[in-house]
Amino acid sequence: MSIEVEEKISKLTEVQKRGNGLRTEHMVLNMGPQHPSTHGVLRLELELEGEIIKKVIPHIGYLHRCFEKHAEAMTYPQVVPYTDRMDYLGAMYNEFGYAVAVEKLLGIQVPERVDYIRVIMGELQRIASHLVALGTYGLDIGAFTPFLYCFRDREKILNLFEITCGARLLYNYIWVGGLSHDIHPDFVRLTKEFVTYFKPNIKELNDLLTNNKIFIDRTANVGVLPKETAINYGISGPNLRASGFKWDIRKDDTYSVYNKFDFDIPVGQGLMGTVGDCWDRYYLRVQEMEQSLRIIEQAIDQIPEGDVSSAIPKRIKPPVGQVYSRVENPRGELGYFIISNGGTSPFRVKVKGPSFVNLGIMDELSRGHMVADIIAILGSIDIVLGEVDR
Amino acid sequence: MTYDFFYKLFGSQVIAAIIQSLLPLFVFILPFALFAVWLERKVSAHMQDRLGPMRVGWHGWLQTVADILKLIQKEDIIATANDKPLFNLAPVLVFVGTYAAFAAIPFTSAFIGSNLDLGVFFIVAVSGFVVAGILMAGWASNNKYSLLGAMRSAAQIISYEIPTVMVIITIVMITGTLNLNTLSQLQTGHFWNWMIFGGPVFGVSKFLMIPFMIISFGIIYISTLAEVNRTPFDIPEAESELVSGYHTEYSGMKFAMFFLAEYANMFAVSAIVTALFFGGYQSPIGYIGHLLGLPWLVPIEQLFWFTAKGLFFVFVQMWLRWTLPRLRVDQLMTACWKYLIPIAFADLIIIGLITLI
Repeated sequence: MSIEVEEKISKLTEVQKRGNGLRTEHMVLNMGPQHPSTHGVLRLELELEGEIIKKVIPHIGYLHRCFEKHAEAMTYPQVVPYTDRMDYLGAMYNEFGYAVAVEKLLGIQVPERVDYIRVIMGELQRIASHLVALGTYGLDIGAFTPFLYCFRDREKILNLFEITCGARLLYNYIWVGGLSHDIHPDFVRLTKEFVTYFKPNIKELNDLLTNNKIFIDRTANVGVLPKETAINYGISGPNLRASGFKWDIRKDDTYSVYNKFDFDIPVGQGLMGTVGDCWDRYYLRVQEMEQSLRIIEQAIDQIPEGDVSSAIPKRIKPPVGQVYSRVENPRGELGYFIISNGGTSPFRVKVKGPSFVNLGIMDELSRGHMVADIIAILGSIDIVLGEVDR
Repeated sequence: MTYDFFYKLFGSQVIAAIIQSLLPLFVFILPFALFAVWLERKVSAHMQDRLGPMRVGWHGWLQTVADILKLIQKEDIIATANDKPLFNLAPVLVFVGTYAAFAAIPFTSAFIGSNLDLGVFFIVAVSGFVVAGILMAGWASNNKYSLLGAMRSAAQIISYEIPTVMVIITIVMITGTLNLNTLSQLQTGHFWNWMIFGGPVFGVSKFLMIPFMIISFGIIYISTLAEVNRTPFDIPEAESELVSGYHTEYSGMKFAMFFLAEYANMFAVSAIVTALFFGGYQSPIGYIGHLLGLPWLVPIEQLFWFTAKGLFFVFVQMWLRWTLPRLRVDQLMTACWKYLIPIAFADLIIIGLITLI
């Protein structure tokens, strides 16, 4: 290279150097809010160089419904249906978390039967939620069929919920101090039938999608989230555990009757690639479904007799004070921070939602990957926009 | 043969030529595309534990007809930012590229659009139109998703043409002809005369050739799958990433043309694979027509066998689509340049050596 050319090149700006003297620009691609795989109304602003991602800015708020402000204008029991609408795929667990928080504030103990039913419902909900996550993840990668298989199985869980409380998506079932209805006489039998029906289907899903070569190629070593980064970003739930950190609130800060059951906490092992890659996050959810089935199997035989509505207070008026209570919902740590000023409605309800926190990692994980990978990464984080925006 | 028939009937070369060229479109491509869309829905539905279209006609067989009627009635949206001439030209070009390929495909020994001596070469060449059309569509849409889809598509189709052509060269090397009709005639008799089973020759070389022919078939099937943008290579229109790629901005009849071209293309590549490896229109078990002494029955039987073989490969394409996830664009290129092309090349050399024996 001659000296003049070198001189010329040294005068070029960074942007021009990239294009060998030609001026090049990054393309800004707007993904969402109307896009088939942003899992709702998320808008991602992507800065691309060719197909390589340089930067990702998630824009949220398209589904903002003022839940927290709204809660201040309602009595404590009236808040329950609104918690359903946050994480609409894990509605049962949102109620569960809220009920646990308010009960802690009130200082009441619920009958054991209520706790058992809550745990069963919560774990069924976890399976249902993970089924949606796994199914739609397959859809994101391009496999359409596992999606429908997962929804077929989820339908069975929704049927169980329907015979219990009449609703299939937003239940208003777990109330402060109890439950809205007792379980259906057939519930125990049907749940057992579901467990035996569902176990082989996990294997089917593994054969069809989990161990598929193309699927592994697409997800292994993609979007690797190291343990330290995950902790720094406050990631929780399956995403944190997939990075190899054993942390589950059901065990580590137990609530309800979870300490009575024997179950394992799976962690990511990097079976197909690096620990904390997309495949690990995916497979962890598969393993969690198996553990949830174990919990259900143990709990369903031990449901004690009793009344589910005896502990429901006639008028909920907690003493002045505040409480922070957290539960492990299908997506991670769901925390409720409630301040009471002694009235019948909360002074403040602050929700720490797992999806919102987990979404923050998007930019960190996506840089340097391709457009197709951003779909894989977003799907593996498994967000629900209803809870991100609240 | 059909051309002579029409020429005698109308006494005009022009009319005979027009009828001859329109015949595959109306007799075959349009009904086939309608049927294939319905089949795709049914196949996917039954694989996914559902029923698929059931309302319009028996088991929904009229559903696609209803869909086409709907698409014809739809408004043809052209956004102000679109490049109008290119935008309008693109679907036509894509369709022409696909349709022209049917000219050299022998449906039966009695009907071939144009009995070209360069048949296979012609098909590969006119398929190039499709790339141009897709690029045009992506560019003229003035939409970033469309552009990304079009770029991917162009890169993909051009890359995968290389292994396809290499396999075609293998066959041409053995048979010494590029004419698909001659190729089909060579494979006459029973199924062991098909190219996949080493062709009509007998001897040691035939048995040596079988494994390499199977490899060749695998390569060409994978490459043609990529050329028609089907899963696991449906990257240009990857629904979950690029919405629907280069035809995102199209609506109404123009969209239908892309759609039609896609399904017609599926059959076109299946037909090429059939003609090259599976005896084309030849029956695997001999003809009833010959048995009964009814020579007019033979072409009909041939059409049946040709359609059946083609449809089988179309079905396999659908089967793969509803089973497999999608590759990423760089993995797609890796698969082509690092695996398929070297294997195809080695295959070509080995088969060349075997034919010398």
